[in-house]
Amino acid sequence: MTAVREPVPLLAVENLTMRFGGLVAVDDVSFTAYRDEITAIIGPNGAGKTTVFNCLTGFYRPSAGKLVMHKGGELLRLERIEGFRIARRAGIARTFQNIRLFAGMTVLENLMVAQHAPLMKASAISLAGLLALPRYRRAERAAIERGRHWLERTGLTEQADWLAAALPYGAQRRLEIARALCTGPTLLCLDEPAAGLNPRESHELNDLLRSVREEHGLSILLIEHDMGVVMGISDHIVVLDYGRKISDGSPEFVRNDQAVIAAYLGVDEEAVEEVEAEVQL
Amino acid sequence: MTAASGLAVENTAKPPVFWAPLLRDAILAALVAVLLALPLVGLQTYDVGGGALGIRTHFDWVAWAGAAVFAGRFALRVLRQRYDARPMGETKHFAFLAVWAARQAVPLTLVGVAFAVMLPFLPFSSRYLVDLGTTVLIYVMLGWGLNVVVGLAGLLDLGYVAFYAVGAYTFALLARDLGFSFWEALPFSGLVAASFGVILGFPVLRLRGDYLAIVTLGFGEIIRIVLLNWASLTGGPNGISDIPRPSFFGLPFSRSAPEGVTTFHQFFGLEFSPEHRVVFLYFVILAMALVTNAFTLRIRKLPVGRAWEALREDELACRALGINPTTVKLSAFAIGAMFGGLAGCFFATRQGFISPESFTFIESATILAIVVLGGMGSQLGVVLAAILLVTLPEFGRAFAEFRMLIFGAAMVGVMVWRPRGLIAHRAPTLRLGLQPATR
Repeated sequence: MTAVREPVPLLAVENLTMRFGGLVAVDDVSFTAYRDEITAIIGPNGAGKTTVFNCLTGFYRPSAGKLVMHKGGELLRLERIEGFRIARRAGIARTFQNIRLFAGMTVLENLMVAQHAPLMKASAISLAGLLALPRYRRAERAAIERGRHWLERTGLTEQADWLAAALPYGAQRRLEIARALCTGPTLLCLDEPAAGLNPRESHELNDLLRSVREEHGLSILLIEHDMGVVMGISDHIVVLDYGRKISDGSPEFVRNDQAVIAAYLGVDEEAVEEVEAEVQL
Repeated sequence: MTAASGLAVENTAKPPVFWAPLLRDAILAALVAVLLALPLVGLQTYDVGGGALGIRTHFDWVAWAGAAVFAGRFALRVLRQRYDARPMGETKHFAFLAVWAARQAVPLTLVGVAFAVMLPFLPFSSRYLVDLGTTVLIYVMLGWGLNVVVGLAGLLDLGYVAFYAVGAYTFALLARDLGFSFWEALPFSGLVAASFGVILGFPVLRLRGDYLAIVTLGFGEIIRIVLLNWASLTGGPNGISDIPRPSFFGLPFSRSAPEGVTTFHQFFGLEFSPEHRVVFLYFVILAMALVTNAFTLRIRKLPVGRAWEALREDELACRALGINPTTVKLSAFAIGAMFGGLAGCFFATRQGFISPESFTFIESATILAIVVLGGMGSQLGVVLAAILLVTLPEFGRAFAEFRMLIFGAAMVGVMVWRPRGLIAHRAPTLRLGLQPATR
């Protein structure tokens, strides 16, 4: 750990198992993500990383295990909350591996949709909204301001009125992160945010994530293949392989873990040194 | 000649035409046409006398049909290759129309509303024209109502006529059994139809696209068949007649009134004329349609409206943002159905008689065609499409049996030149206003 502060647990995944028929996608995985930290989940393709995410964000109901979220002194059992409520109740926002924006709507509208719940409350099931009462107008202005703030942070202000589909790929990734941030989350789950980004863009992404965490007291859970991103910003790394956790610890620890290297090289643990010598690592 | 100038020549020259695939395509189209024409055009029944039917063959007509399709298809493809290299379906003909309409939305609306208000008083106006205008406005209102479900929420509803029927029958039954007047029954028609919207919404929550379309189609038929067979309540195929006409703030539009009731023409000291009621009905539906439009335009900019559109774009992303897809879908069904029900209530009072006959699938198809033809989600497009779809068959009456042919040709034309609808342009619900929105 870099800082002297005592890590406070935020999300505890306990013995999570997810089966699809005969396939065990996630097998008895336990790990803890701490408050104000960036936790990365890495692993080869098909290791079950996205499945863990889908369980956390309510898209799948876990076959077994507990997902405990610490929120304001309260312990929330995520697997017992109805899927779409997790975002609001537990304060978990996510992005998707294959970008899922509201393509036919503008960038700013995407951010307004993310603030649906508070706006809906202010519009009193649309009645206050239909009559354009001051309390709704205030809430709408506040929502636009919040949208504008995240647009500035992600460098999308110029494109605010563009259709989301018209944005270049890297900007779409940033918009998806901005949209998730607009929900005001406690935990931000990013599924391969650097996929398809060029080195400069992924460097900017690193800066953004780091500063967001510091300024907004946000914890981040990250799935990533780009080791530059992972090693650069993570405080804590969890490594999955074939649905099992094979390593868990600081970047330095994971980097030197034989089991991890073996999984990435696709060989047995005993053969690691041999292969390393071969490829002159 | 240098290589550079050679390239320049290449660029300015017309693209070459590839004849072989063109011929093959045209022959295929002609074959399909001949196959279709053989039973439809080639065989004609006639009365041999004594009630028996004989069959006359017209193979020459079939040949003409084939030749016409061959020539037309061939010419179309040649023109397309020569002047338009874009693939089918990406045509942007008359795109300026949509852009212009979107930019001039306010003046266009004002002119349109002003024209609609003045229509009954224009010199060339007639009872027939006002009646036609009323029909157009019913379809405009239905189109706007369905636009909420199909255009905004992206839920393909093929049974919209069911809500129209529910609204009409709600009023008819309330009037027959409880003596409700049009104005008293109007809110109930809307409410009952909205409840039916929710009832339909529940079982189809998980369905999308084609599957949803099939179920809604079935729902539309169920309502019609129930109305047809529940004779003790609905009168079955005989329908319900003597549905009360609307009154003008309590003043009936009749020649003479019972003791103690003043009629419209007596109150205003006018000569009695049956046209008063026709014009009044026209204004009632005009007002109802305008309210529908104002409501839709406003709700689109509210969180519910944005959630509808977001749901159309990506349901999973909506869930991840904490939006409950169930309530969002049900609200779209309910609001859309409510407008259908209100229009149905008006339909009942206008006709004075309703039967299940008026609520067949073809009505649903017409309303959906209006929405699709107008451009999904476009309010102005719905108006244009409704005018086109309702008046074209009317004006086509002069062409007798070619009427539906002209109608079909117009539909094909619109789909060729404007495949995404007459006005396929979505205006953003809000702008940050730093840069003009693209596209």
